[in-house]
Amino acid sequence: MNLQVSSSPHIRDNVTTKSLMRDVIIATVPAIIASGILFGLRAVLLILVSVFSCVVFEYFLRRIMKRDNTISDLTAIVTGILLAFNLPPTLPVYMVVIGAFFAIVVVKQMFGGLGNNFVNPALTARIILAIAFPNAMTNWSVPSGAFNFVTSLTGADLVSSATPLAILKSQGVQGAADLPAYLDLFLGDKAGCIGEVSVLALLLGVIYMVARRVITLWIPLTYIGTVLLVTGLAGKDPVYMLLSGGLFLGAFFMATDYVTSPVTRSGRIIFGISCGLITAVIRLYGNMAEGVSFSILLMNIITPHLDKFTMPKPFGEVKKHGKA
Amino acid sequence: LPFGHTFFGGVHPKGNKNTHDFPSIRLDDFASVEILLQQHVGPPCVCVVKKGDHVNVGQLIGRADHPMTVPIHASVSGEVKDVSFVISATGAPVEAVTIISDGKYTVDPSCAKPEVNSRENFIKMVRNAGLVGLGGATFPVHIKLNPPKGSEPDVLVVNAAECEPYITSDYRQICEHPDEIIDGILAVMKWISIPRAIIGVENNKPLATDILEREITKQRLETKHESDITVKSLKTIYPQGAEKMLIYSLTGRKVPAGKLPHDVKVLVMNVSTLRFIGKHMKNGIPLVRKRLTLDGSALNTPGNVNVPIGAKIPDVIAAAGGTKEEPSKIIMGGAMMGFALDRIECGIIKANNAILVFGSKEARIPPETPCIHCGRCVKVCPMNLMPTGIDQSARRQEPEGLEYYNVMDCIECGCCTYICPAKRYLTQSIRNGKTLVRAERARAAAEQKLREAEALRHAGKEDAPK
Repeated sequence: MNLQVSSSPHIRDNVTTKSLMRDVIIATVPAIIASGILFGLRAVLLILVSVFSCVVFEYFLRRIMKRDNTISDLTAIVTGILLAFNLPPTLPVYMVVIGAFFAIVVVKQMFGGLGNNFVNPALTARIILAIAFPNAMTNWSVPSGAFNFVTSLTGADLVSSATPLAILKSQGVQGAADLPAYLDLFLGDKAGCIGEVSVLALLLGVIYMVARRVITLWIPLTYIGTVLLVTGLAGKDPVYMLLSGGLFLGAFFMATDYVTSPVTRSGRIIFGISCGLITAVIRLYGNMAEGVSFSILLMNIITPHLDKFTMPKPFGEVKKHGKA
Repeated sequence: LPFGHTFFGGVHPKGNKNTHDFPSIRLDDFASVEILLQQHVGPPCVCVVKKGDHVNVGQLIGRADHPMTVPIHASVSGEVKDVSFVISATGAPVEAVTIISDGKYTVDPSCAKPEVNSRENFIKMVRNAGLVGLGGATFPVHIKLNPPKGSEPDVLVVNAAECEPYITSDYRQICEHPDEIIDGILAVMKWISIPRAIIGVENNKPLATDILEREITKQRLETKHESDITVKSLKTIYPQGAEKMLIYSLTGRKVPAGKLPHDVKVLVMNVSTLRFIGKHMKNGIPLVRKRLTLDGSALNTPGNVNVPIGAKIPDVIAAAGGTKEEPSKIIMGGAMMGFALDRIECGIIKANNAILVFGSKEARIPPETPCIHCGRCVKVCPMNLMPTGIDQSARRQEPEGLEYYNVMDCIECGCCTYICPAKRYLTQSIRNGKTLVRAERARAAAEQKLREAEALRHAGKEDAPK
């Protein structure tokens, strides 16, 4: 009789890294569809290019490094989708490939592959692209207007326009007339990155992820709450802050990346609040469009310290027990 | 305490309580038994029989000389075939007595209804009966009943949580012998002077709660005693039956790190241990039989059986209906904390409450993949530890890191490994880490001793010329 010997426990939960990644991919589907509707097929094409390049880079790099192949864990696909979500729909295809190269090769695999990258690959690649190609990365195209349910913006069919946050920043209160309505912002009828524009589509994905217990809400809620509070106190319209820019995408899909966010609950709360503060400060006083990206990147870097700092007290460390 | 109050963390493995409704079957048809002379912590017992001796059920075969140990008794009547060293389930060589059964199960005349008239008497009776904690940890009961001065328990916590998947032997015990369980509880309360007892049952076993409550009421009416015994329904979550978690869930007291239940004035006993006391006070037969759950995909007929201690596992499996496929893994104990055997030719010991026989599909071990820092292990750890950090330090062989992450507080419940989506062997790694820390502490202590000796010698030299 050939008996298998192993350390207990002898049973395991069904959830695997792969099943979690599959759930994240499913959660991005509404936003992918929304990008196709709002920006046309070019947006979907960019997503496909991004995913394809990420997987190809991962596959060949692992082969060159003579490591196990890891494309089946689906993490490269997730990175590909999230990278594309953070790019403008007008971006030249080769830049997407460069972004994928930085995300997978430089940020992820050069640091040891899945689980060892200290910053979010997709976000870092986006920042690298924003610095390398500042014009291409801010060439926003406004949705075609075909699905403009609420109000038809002046010049809605123009190729390029300013994002709601840019309008808000450059024109202040006087520019309010140029701003899209709340419902347009919610549905996605605004200028912005491929995946960030439709808050509705992202929300569907978030509901799915929460229902499947893929993410906890500590980071996104503290993050968004802090941004709303601080910008609100500074006299900005919090609803605009929530519905425009990459806040929703960033808070729910980027800041919750397992590898680069804390493992403890209190660590996650500090992480979320800090991201919110940095984002709010950049939005209020900075002159770059990357408030969300920079805040998450900075907090990624101090995540290991947050984990150590917020290590929970073991059960029974409190010497005094309560009355029975 | 608020309703549903429980510890933080824990997991919800599939219960697999397939054998809930199967009454225990007494199996007697064993040609021989192999009884180990060391079945729990402490040194082994001294063998008092020799080859060729005739023994009866309940006759002493292993004398307990050390204060920690309890005696061992023959579980069948028949002839001693051999006294020799065998390899135990854990791989250690242990002396064992092999007895050829005559099938008659003649009870030894020395077994008589015990006379108990004092606390010392009661504890002595429990020890002479060979009783150890039957929940699985096999801590000698007579030690537990005799806590140091100032730590006298004010509450008896009865562990009937049975949170391990598959195992239903305690549940069957409650269904089949509630009277003897309450008798045992009353005896411990009386002789150890504990005013209050709480029985903790997970809320997936409402029938058990019901049966116990009815039995308590019945005995109250019959004997008019006023003993304060309550049954509390606990949230069904693993590891609800872990000592520290159970104490917290039932009393709100936290056992300090590195301390024992008596440090918070609690005595924890398993429901099967108490039933044994109740039964023993009636017939005086020592601990010679064990009720265990047989389950797993490779078995034809899962169920609960009552077998003599020392019965060989293959014989038990065969007597209980045999296997339908080649077993790929055999576990002594539960699926979460049990011990995987590397050979099947082992005798049942006092610690056994289940034998799980897994087929190839159930036994499959998923390959390990990199940690993705999802934090699930941190969330489920009932001891509030950070398994992912311990794992890293253990793999890097860093004792300082392990101490930083409080590795020694781990109760090895397996929640982290169970939940890990990356399928990391966290519990295994933590066990390695504990071994490393123990070695490092021993090394540091030895070094300290050496330094002190050195200092003394130097001091001596300096003194000499004077």
